[in-house]
Amino acid sequence: MTLAEMQFVPPDLRLASAEIFMLAMACLILIVDLFVKDKRRTVTYVLTQLTLVGATVVTILMTTGQIVYTFSGMYVGDLMGDLLKVFLYITVMVVLFYSRGYVLDRPQMARGEYYTLTLFATLGMMVMISANHFLTIYIGIELLSLSLYAMVALNRDSVSATEAAMKYFVLGALASGLLLYGMSMIYGATGTLEISGLAERLFSGQANRTILGFGLVFLVSGIAFKLGVVPFHMWIPDVYHGAPTAVTLFIASAPKLAAFAIVMRLLVNGLLVASQDWQLMLLILSVLSMAVGNFAAIAQTNLKRMLAYSAISHMGFMLLGMVTGVVGGDARYALNAYSSSMFYILTYVLTSAGTFGMIMLLARAGFESDEISDFAGLNKRSPWFAAMMMMMMFSLAGIPFFVGFFAKFSVLQAVVAAGYLWLAIAAVFFSLVGAYYYLRVVKVMYFDPPVHTSRIEAPMDVKILMSANGLAVALLGVFPQTLMSLCALSLLRSL
Amino acid sequence: MEFKTFVFYFLATILVYASLRVVTLRNPVHAALHLVLAFFSASGVWVLLQAEFLAIALVLVYVGAVMVLFLFVVMLLDINLDRLREGFWSYLPLGAIVALLMVAEMSLVLWVSYLDRVENDVPQAEATYSNVQAVGRLMFTEYVYPFELASVVLLVGIVAAVALTLRGKRKSKSVSPAEQVFVKAKDRVRVLKMTAEKRD
Repeated sequence: MTLAEMQFVPPDLRLASAEIFMLAMACLILIVDLFVKDKRRTVTYVLTQLTLVGATVVTILMTTGQIVYTFSGMYVGDLMGDLLKVFLYITVMVVLFYSRGYVLDRPQMARGEYYTLTLFATLGMMVMISANHFLTIYIGIELLSLSLYAMVALNRDSVSATEAAMKYFVLGALASGLLLYGMSMIYGATGTLEISGLAERLFSGQANRTILGFGLVFLVSGIAFKLGVVPFHMWIPDVYHGAPTAVTLFIASAPKLAAFAIVMRLLVNGLLVASQDWQLMLLILSVLSMAVGNFAAIAQTNLKRMLAYSAISHMGFMLLGMVTGVVGGDARYALNAYSSSMFYILTYVLTSAGTFGMIMLLARAGFESDEISDFAGLNKRSPWFAAMMMMMMFSLAGIPFFVGFFAKFSVLQAVVAAGYLWLAIAAVFFSLVGAYYYLRVVKVMYFDPPVHTSRIEAPMDVKILMSANGLAVALLGVFPQTLMSLCALSLLRSL
Repeated sequence: MEFKTFVFYFLATILVYASLRVVTLRNPVHAALHLVLAFFSASGVWVLLQAEFLAIALVLVYVGAVMVLFLFVVMLLDINLDRLREGFWSYLPLGAIVALLMVAEMSLVLWVSYLDRVENDVPQAEATYSNVQAVGRLMFTEYVYPFELASVVLLVGIVAAVALTLRGKRKSKSVSPAEQVFVKAKDRVRVLKMTAEKRD
């Protein structure tokens, strides 16, 4: 295509108004924060929360319910993206709520950068969620990762935090390299970087399948790094453990939504024709993650580390839904399988946020409360919060009538419908192994004598939010249908 | 073999050699210099692909600015080379075997079906084609979204660097006269009463 032939359509900026709003507010807060005294840092916090509320409103107002492209096909807006974005904003708001007290107790972190970096990371995730081009996906990932590396190291006098940031940075750079190499190979095979264009070229058979498969291996490895599934999981336990709990909470919740979005965009939207190849790769990753994650979690005494291994196993479980979308070229069950994965990831984020929030609720200045033994006798200190934590643990273990059970159930249903009975049996087996270490936390809370006897002090808003989070885990387990059908509808309108 | 092909293989050989030396050399300064050579050879390959502007930008930005800065940092830091290289030779055999196996596997996969029938369909540009114009036009039209986002990534880099290194105002030793005037005796000397301790 020569320059003369090139037709440029000016982008429709309204479609990306949420991203533009987020960027403008992040820059504004960056400047406002310069003029705010340390004692009045609340201004930055309130502005950040208002920005997230504003972005939610903008996204809901601007949703069209159709698939629309802008910025020369770099940006896609659809219902799946909008739903994930709204969940993303809510998650980040909840994260900031929970982190408030923890951050204030630690002067190293109680600076404006914590909030601006959070907003930039959120922007990166929004870009990932509505990316329709390899370049946009890559830049979104880098924007997210760069903000996260800095946030992990924000508590710079802590040796473990610095070490975690360094590991995260080096492995993250390696993962980006793998992803880019895979992308360049796929570009070589198909001659396009645009995801919807990629799908068209693959359908019409204008692609070199050898090079495509070759690139796919690297692409899937890169995604696996970002999702944190075995054997690309090495960074997860160290980063979760070393990072300040407020940052761990952030890393453990919101980016999972964005990672799910790029799996959908890259593999399902773009490379569905090659599903035979990538489903097999994801299958191996998934089974390995469930095995390694659940068995390694048993040996942990640190709650953050245990939850890190639990995150690995949950990501493996979520991938089961992605594995079973297309069976022998038949995509009949695809919608069901992908929406069960989406439901799984949404409810996992909800539960994970609550669990890390509870660690921060018990933490004080100079005391992290991240050992499992720190939860000993929580029932004596506060029966209500012990009950909340118990519900989260039951949900993560997949015990009936909590939301985690229903999420696991719907994924397993998709797996059985696709005819992988052995896979379903393996998944149930590994979940049973997992139940052991979740129930151990419950046992420690209810039957061990308390080590600390101080009262649990938390602001009223955090207490209310924590209760709401716990009750949501219980209620969604009884009435999962609304969220489930929302996931199915959004995918139906987006695929 | 065409002359162009010869030039490509010449540059590519130097590029691969230089990149290997970057990771194997003991002296970080030498490694950085080899990285300069690698960048330079890569820019030569880009010129062969008729991307003159990008080639010049690579030389100007990476060789001219980034690498010089890098050399300064490496020279200013007092790096203990022997401690850095500890374990390098003991890991080398296994690492080399794994790397060689991976290279062999990757080339086998590609060799079988690709290299035999590689088509020479690289589009040739007209003589009047301007590389700079094309890059500029694309950057501000088709690629404006990633271009703007890339600038946000740079902004995050700046914010992160400041957040991680700035430690507030440096404590100055100068004394404020106002505070000096208002000072009271108890601010200067604090008398503590302690019980006597036995010597061990």
